[in-house]
Amino acid sequence: MSASETLVVETAARVLADLADPQTIVQRRDDAWKVPLWSSLQEIGLDLAWASETAGGAGASLADGFGIIREAGRAALAAPLAETLLAAWLLDRAGLTAPGGPMTVAPVRPKDHLTLDKAGRVNGRARMVPFAGDVEHLVVLATGDDGPSVALVRTADCKLKPGKSLAGDARDTVEFVSVLPVHRARLQESGTREKDVLLLMGAAVRAQQIAGALDRILELSVLYSQQRVAFEKPISKFQAIQHSLARLGGEVAAAASAAASAADTVANTGFDGDAALLEIAAAKIRCSEAAELGAGIAHQVHGAIGFTDEHILHRFTLRLLSWRDEFGDETFWSLKLGEEITARGPQGLWPLLASR
Amino acid sequence: MSLIHFDAMRLPAHCQELRKEVRAFLEGEIAAGTFDPERPEVGEKNADEFSRRVGAKGWIGMTWPKKYGGQERSFLERYVVTEEMRIANAPVRRFFVADRQSGPTLIRYAHEKTKRDVLPRIIRGELFFCIGMSEPNSGSDLFAASTKATKTDGGWLINGTKVWTSSAHIADYMIGLFRTSGSTKENRRHGLTSFLVDMKTPGITCRPIGQMSGQRDFNEVVFQDAFIPDDHVIGEVDGAWKQATSELAYERSGPERFLETYGALLALSNAAGSKPDVRVTVGIGRLVAQLHTLRRMSVSVAGMLEAGREPVVEAAIVKDLGTVWEQGLPHRVRELASLLDLEDDEEDAFRNKLDFELKIAPKLTIQGGTTEVLRGIIARGLGLR
Repeated sequence: MSASETLVVETAARVLADLADPQTIVQRRDDAWKVPLWSSLQEIGLDLAWASETAGGAGASLADGFGIIREAGRAALAAPLAETLLAAWLLDRAGLTAPGGPMTVAPVRPKDHLTLDKAGRVNGRARMVPFAGDVEHLVVLATGDDGPSVALVRTADCKLKPGKSLAGDARDTVEFVSVLPVHRARLQESGTREKDVLLLMGAAVRAQQIAGALDRILELSVLYSQQRVAFEKPISKFQAIQHSLARLGGEVAAAASAAASAADTVANTGFDGDAALLEIAAAKIRCSEAAELGAGIAHQVHGAIGFTDEHILHRFTLRLLSWRDEFGDETFWSLKLGEEITARGPQGLWPLLASR
Repeated sequence: MSLIHFDAMRLPAHCQELRKEVRAFLEGEIAAGTFDPERPEVGEKNADEFSRRVGAKGWIGMTWPKKYGGQERSFLERYVVTEEMRIANAPVRRFFVADRQSGPTLIRYAHEKTKRDVLPRIIRGELFFCIGMSEPNSGSDLFAASTKATKTDGGWLINGTKVWTSSAHIADYMIGLFRTSGSTKENRRHGLTSFLVDMKTPGITCRPIGQMSGQRDFNEVVFQDAFIPDDHVIGEVDGAWKQATSELAYERSGPERFLETYGALLALSNAAGSKPDVRVTVGIGRLVAQLHTLRRMSVSVAGMLEAGREPVVEAAIVKDLGTVWEQGLPHRVRELASLLDLEDDEEDAFRNKLDFELKIAPKLTIQGGTTEVLRGIIARGLGLR
């Protein structure tokens, strides 16, 4: 994606600005905004951007889908738009059709594994499933005798234990006890990483959301520093503040680069090969690091007002921090990447980096 | 829209072909004993002949106009050559400054006669350049420079002192910044002029200044009535400040801005083997993630430069993040290496390497624009200044 963002992404940005404005959401303190937003997203087909047209989706490019997700990040969206795109994408990988309406995916933690028994029923437990309680359908990746399959499951058929993310968004524990899926099919991904596709794609998605939200907190922080007067001048005139915001700018740039590079890799070369792991792991790790530093600086610049519940800053910073934990955190991906790098040996590192 | 934008730029296929060619050349040079990646002193001895052979390959000034002997190849191709030379630890010092910044400055602002005289020799790998900016009382504050150039018949007389001038004692030419008139009330940047200085000019004395790293590269350069001919004025008299910005983007965003201590990571990877302690594996994975991101940012800026844009802020971001990272790298490596079980001789070799990187680390965030200057530039880009 470049400065010439496509029409689809521009549309997503406009819809989100109109119907999911953080200021309005913070003031109203209820979920009423979600209904008109979702019907608008659905009407335009943004929710199923990644489902192919034959499966009732919009058949948008992977790049456009990542663009929509970045906009969702820029809005600190607390609704399962990224998850629905991801779910539709996963269904598509198995040739299945999306049922319509918001969806989510499972598992999102590397240590959670779901299985498919001989009768085709899903078993296992997945924790921290985003928005599970808010959606009618879950799309799960479950392993059976013939390898990984994709299954569309009704949420009502599972046992849910509600939980919350750092930002207060639903992150539920979902128990699958011999759940019969609505549909299921063998994952059509080939290659050595097929069992990890959801983790890899999810990490690329979360990296985009983090990059988007960081972008907004830079804007908010710059604007605030120019408006807030202390010691008889706007605080933006103090070198200490300028340098803090310059560092925030650096983190925004690093996150944007890493996320864009990973998205570009997924869109153009898929998941196979060492390059995909490098790109996606690096994006998730570096975006998560930027989230910590960036959120810290944004709060420091905003001072006490940014710590209040009526200010919108926390909608961004808490989501930034919570997204770090999903689809593999920094430690998980550092280990994965480190294993690959040490296995290649010292002379194998540079050729890998230079190939990107 | 976003305040900061970095595209996911990829190097085109022909660049990766060139990369293979450069690697083969460097392997040949290592095999021939011209340089040794592990022992920089070997390459230092043969830097002159290495420089000429790189010139013969057409890899110095490769983006410059053909009429001066250049190849008019893309900036992305130059990027690939630069990074492969860095990674191989090749002795590039002889031509690197001229290739990166002196040449481009001359092409843009020097007299035609001077360009025809100097540029082909740079391209052949025959000329060594240094940069005369800092003075005893002028560092980051470039516009405080006070070394004077006074008009005389057919040229200028230089008087004053430059310091921290890398390689001045062995360089053929300097591009120096000298005061030709006072600053004005309206513009304190006014009054400085760029000159091409032949270092053999009578009246120039270089005095070595030792460095804490054990390197002997810094000089104090004293000018006493050193004569510079008129056609060695670069650009507008009193107007050097107008010329500075665009070259800085090239100077600041290259691979040399995050690969300077790469040797430390390599040494760790060597010492760690294929299945180290899990904490070492995690540590290496994280460092590689950070390095990859920096390189992707740097390549992105190279793409902007190739597209004819002037990514001054983006380049400052790359240098700020890159140099802070490469400065921290030997320290992170040190912490991780503590978990390894090394034989005495392995440990000595590792220590030796790491000590060198630890000792050069402090300069990385100072040279070529300090962290503080860079953050000022980024802040200006954000609309804060």
